Amino acid sequence: MKLLEALWKDAPLATRGEITPKLGFLLTVLLAIVWLIPFLWMGVATLRPASDGINAMAELMPSLKPTLDNIRDAWEIGDFPRYALNTTFICAGILLVQFVTITLAGFAFARLSFAGKTLIFYMFLMQLMLVPVLLIVPNLKLVAQLGLYDTLTGVMMPFFASAFGTFLMRQAFEAIPTELEDAALIDGASLFQRIRHIYVPLSMPSFSAFAIISVTSHWNDFLWPLMVINSPDKRPLTVGLSVFTATAEGTQAWGTIAAGTLMVIAPLLVTFLIFQKRFISSFVTSGIK
Amino acid sequence: MSLAEPAALPVATSAAPRLHVLKRFSSRFKTSLPAYLLLLPSLVFLALFTYGAMGRVFIDALYQRATPKAPVRFVGLDNINAVLADPAFVGAVVNNLIYAVGTAIPSIGLALLFALALSRTHAVNSALRAALFLPVLIPMVAASALFLFIFLPNVGLLDYYIGRFLPVLPNWLGDPDIALYAIMVITIWKNAGYYMLFFLAGLQAVPEDVMEAAHLDGAGPYRRFRHIILPELKPTFLFVIVIATLNAVTQVDHVFVMTKGGPSNSTNLVLFYIYQQAVEHYDIGKASAATLLTLAALMGLTALSFRTMANREGGP
Repeated sequence: MKLLEALWKDAPLATRGEITPKLGFLLTVLLAIVWLIPFLWMGVATLRPASDGINAMAELMPSLKPTLDNIRDAWEIGDFPRYALNTTFICAGILLVQFVTITLAGFAFARLSFAGKTLIFYMFLMQLMLVPVLLIVPNLKLVAQLGLYDTLTGVMMPFFASAFGTFLMRQAFEAIPTELEDAALIDGASLFQRIRHIYVPLSMPSFSAFAIISVTSHWNDFLWPLMVINSPDKRPLTVGLSVFTATAEGTQAWGTIAAGTLMVIAPLLVTFLIFQKRFISSFVTSGIK
Repeated sequence: MSLAEPAALPVATSAAPRLHVLKRFSSRFKTSLPAYLLLLPSLVFLALFTYGAMGRVFIDALYQRATPKAPVRFVGLDNINAVLADPAFVGAVVNNLIYAVGTAIPSIGLALLFALALSRTHAVNSALRAALFLPVLIPMVAASALFLFIFLPNVGLLDYYIGRFLPVLPNWLGDPDIALYAIMVITIWKNAGYYMLFFLAGLQAVPEDVMEAAHLDGAGPYRRFRHIILPELKPTFLFVIVIATLNAVTQVDHVFVMTKGGPSNSTNLVLFYIYQQAVEHYDIGKASAATLLTLAALMGLTALSFRTMANREGGP
């Protein structure tokens, strides 16, 4: 109770004595613990030796004889370094092209007036609604026609234009005072020079927010790469993990599955724990990825 | 008009009086050209993978092959009729509706609870927020791998800790009456923390002094919630409901990893049905027809959310 009072010391004086908010808080704490249990199990099961037997697999108390065998097994069976490389390549490729497309389009919406602006604005907005994953069937056909079936480029292509990114950059560019651009204009800077040296450097927070959203969402993509990729050596982490899980499930190797899952999500979790504030504020702006 | 010229200039020139319509059109086009060039890269990809894709769905839905090797022939609405008559599709739609309602309401409710409980910022609340947000970050496939064990009969986490209190151990993923609800648990676990962020942002708009004044007037926590906080959160609710519905249609990775739509189609969802038709049955006509129907169903939602989103993005 003392602890609870300490947490409420900055609440308005009049409401500090109320009991309902505190019950809600306790319930939330309880649920937060429940929310963490799958992660806790993943960590404990990864370190549990196979000799503990299948019946102790669910035990959340860590084993007294921790082992790295599961990690080694997962590493050897799963070809995870190759999957990680593919995922990194996909995310980086998408992000680089997106940076170019959203900067240019964002600038056009923020600073130029042109015929059909409203129409084009709504056309961009439509992409937010027609989430690309719904259009997997026609897009797979197109990717195959372009000769990009079973290539990483084929996985990346549908995401090269981003309405969300465009709107984010438009907002960032609109906040930049026009005086800066006017000064550069007098110095004879061309349009691309102005974008490159004024707008882009001043919008870094928006770029990093967009990068976080873009990378996490494509790191997690599954159905689309599953359809486009056929060769095992081109699988991204998610597809690799699903194949790995299906194999290991047959032999009831739950420790190995936990270790494989840990390896797939560890990069994201570590990055999140370091840049927590930035992640959270980026996700608030995202709404739709 | 070259790219080097100032952005503000075109506005002045386009207002020139008494120009011939065609001339005026071409001068308007010329002044707009830089903007079009900047938009071109984005528009090319949108044209290929969004608008073009929609057009291709429309056309593909009208054609069918007699055998996998036969040439396509025009069949009109046959594909649509075939999909509508397919009990697997109807089942997937019903499942998807249950899934949408059964995931949206609990996850939004929990998100609101979390946001209300953790709205004030200090170290403890930040840690709790991070804990609740963790599932949002991880791939659905990874979540599925963890929950495969949690739901494992007899030795799994759920049976190990809770099963001993139940008279009969349910087979969480193997029982057609339960599997869909088991799948829903994962979605709720994964999304509640995401929606919490929007409610946290929305709660910032509730003025603290109004809350305190209401308290002085004798309004308890429930009445303050009902009459001050809820009305203030209305736009947030609309927005989150739209996202939750979209997620209910587009997040099917766990169905693929955990149940493949089974047992006996009890966890088949619309997007997974589309995937099956296209990849497993090589039936592009039926897959396109199902996609078309799904897109059409989302149009109602689109109309609603277009306005919300256009407002959010600040209008054209």
